[in-house]
Amino acid sequence: MLGLNRKDLILFLIVVGLVVFAPFILNPFPEDSGLARFNAGYPDLMQRFVIFGIFAIGFNILFGLTGYLSFGHAAFLGIGSYAGVWMMKLLTVNIVPAIIASIVVAGVFSLVIGFICLRRSGIYFSILTLAFAQMAFALAYSVLTPITAGESGLQLSLNDPRILEAGGGSSIPAANFFGLTMRDGFEWALGGWVFTFNFGYYFCALLMLVAFYVSIRIFRSPFGMMLRAVKSNQQRMNYTGLNPKPYTLAAFVISGMYAGLAGGLMVAVDPLAGADRMFWTASGEVVLMTILGGAGTLIGPVLGAGMIKYFENIFSRLNERDLNALYDFLPDGLQGVAVSVSQMFVGDGWLLTLGLMFMLVVIFLPGGLVEGGQRVSRLFRRRKKTKTDDPEHHPQPSPHVGE
Amino acid sequence: MGILEVKDVNKRFGGLQALGDVNLSIAENSVHAIIGPNGAGKSTLLNCLVGKLIPDTGSVMFDGQSVLGRKPYEINQMGISRVFQTPEIFGDLTVFENVLIPCFAKRDGAFRMHAYEPMLAERDLVAEAEAMLDEVDMLAKRDMLASYLSRGDKRRLEMAMCLVQQPKLLLLDEPTAGMSRADTNNTIDLLKQINAKRDITMVIIEHDMHVVFSLAQRITVLAQGSPLVEDAPERIKGHPKVQEAYLGHAA
Repeated sequence: MLGLNRKDLILFLIVVGLVVFAPFILNPFPEDSGLARFNAGYPDLMQRFVIFGIFAIGFNILFGLTGYLSFGHAAFLGIGSYAGVWMMKLLTVNIVPAIIASIVVAGVFSLVIGFICLRRSGIYFSILTLAFAQMAFALAYSVLTPITAGESGLQLSLNDPRILEAGGGSSIPAANFFGLTMRDGFEWALGGWVFTFNFGYYFCALLMLVAFYVSIRIFRSPFGMMLRAVKSNQQRMNYTGLNPKPYTLAAFVISGMYAGLAGGLMVAVDPLAGADRMFWTASGEVVLMTILGGAGTLIGPVLGAGMIKYFENIFSRLNERDLNALYDFLPDGLQGVAVSVSQMFVGDGWLLTLGLMFMLVVIFLPGGLVEGGQRVSRLFRRRKKTKTDDPEHHPQPSPHVGE
Repeated sequence: MGILEVKDVNKRFGGLQALGDVNLSIAENSVHAIIGPNGAGKSTLLNCLVGKLIPDTGSVMFDGQSVLGRKPYEINQMGISRVFQTPEIFGDLTVFENVLIPCFAKRDGAFRMHAYEPMLAERDLVAEAEAMLDEVDMLAKRDMLASYLSRGDKRRLEMAMCLVQQPKLLLLDEPTAGMSRADTNNTIDLLKQINAKRDITMVIIEHDMHVVFSLAQRITVLAQGSPLVEDAPERIKGHPKVQEAYLGHAA
């Protein structure tokens, strides 16, 4: 079905399920319990999960398949955002032109930047992309202020032309998709729980599913095979009559367009674009997401993006009271100790938690969270079937890409 | 007029004359060996043929066209494939995919973004790749990752990747280096088989005289960057100049 093999289809359906039921899955604790602070099922964060999921999926097409580590991908995110806001200023607050423009503009920029950066590989490629991203950041802050609005960030205003829109009105119209307002939604109280369904989230989620589906198809296509060949052995590729460069450039542009889409969605749900979106830490973040989840796997980047955004938004807000609620089941003395130890890792210390986790994953699970999942499932499978060693003593058939 | 004509090729690396006035004519569908002591310029010559190095002077004509100034992938598209000293394969890909890629490259030459997997079957590429694997006796290892193969198998795979492109000229850079005697003999048999079955010209660079004398129809001896002798194998063996180059004056 859908041109996917059985394994990919199951994976895709699982992701569809997770995304559709995210408002439930991310809200496991009742509203009035002390643990409600661990809930992540509010629209703003859910949108961020899927948007950064798209960003990481796209990054993984470049890094996971061809092995080229771009350290300036946030530039395309920022460029996409600016293009999106400009469309909303000039044409209409309907988000369709904004999203199309952000993809196209980011694609054009990545074509130019990729063409230059791909003259080098390895660390030099990374440095070149980093240089471009920092240039974009600096320009957006200074010289290009008329286009980017510099420090204050580019936002909608009442005086925008919006030529496709019926004029008038005394307030800035809200971003919408043919009338469906992005920030609209409804809440559903069920027992002690309150589940929020937000239109903006579902719109982004739908596009993430499309992006995810396209990435599966790219991974499985002959084109994806060529990209893996680029990573594996460029010398052999050259002597097989294939010029690796167009393949890498195509991957670069595709992942740039994914980043543009993510940038466009960011302004679709919140019409504001700032230069800090292009800062190098933002580029580094997507690298972390991809590696944490598992570079070169299909689902890894999405998991990594979710994980990092969860930590960034939930752990950073926890305080002593939340921890006391978490360790409520412990005896008093122990509770005090547990809370004071945990306190180092939450609040402002969330980066410490993230850093330690990243270290642990890179050292013990080089394949990221996906490898962790595979090891656990293999453990269960081994219990069922005992001896399967083949007599010829070949290495175990290792997992291929994207499992 | 041979399929490959090398005329007055010179190559210098700083003060070192790596190749000096090399002239070579390789007849179509022959097996031609190039031998010589270490540092004789064998690999440099090979690199000049495939576009990795550009000679300072001279010309290299393949099938009536100059190869000079062309990129390695363009030269490959002209019909020259190369087997490396250490097998160059796609280690992260399966054995099958390793052969599939050259199938594609042969059909479509330069960049094309093939988006759909079913296309493979439509265009018989799967059957073609599998037939090739069968020919080199590796169909059983179809889905293994290529990096897990033994050295001998990697070599067979590399040859399969070259042969599936149906090149007119196959360059082999020490195809049996580092192999056991049994693997070496297997490789010799494979090459003989290939040569008998197809219209293919082979140029072999080799140290192992056993391989050279069981395969080559003609041998060129290089010494210090210049061809010393070119002759049939039986006459090379006892040639005084060859013995001198390999063993020094005392011999």
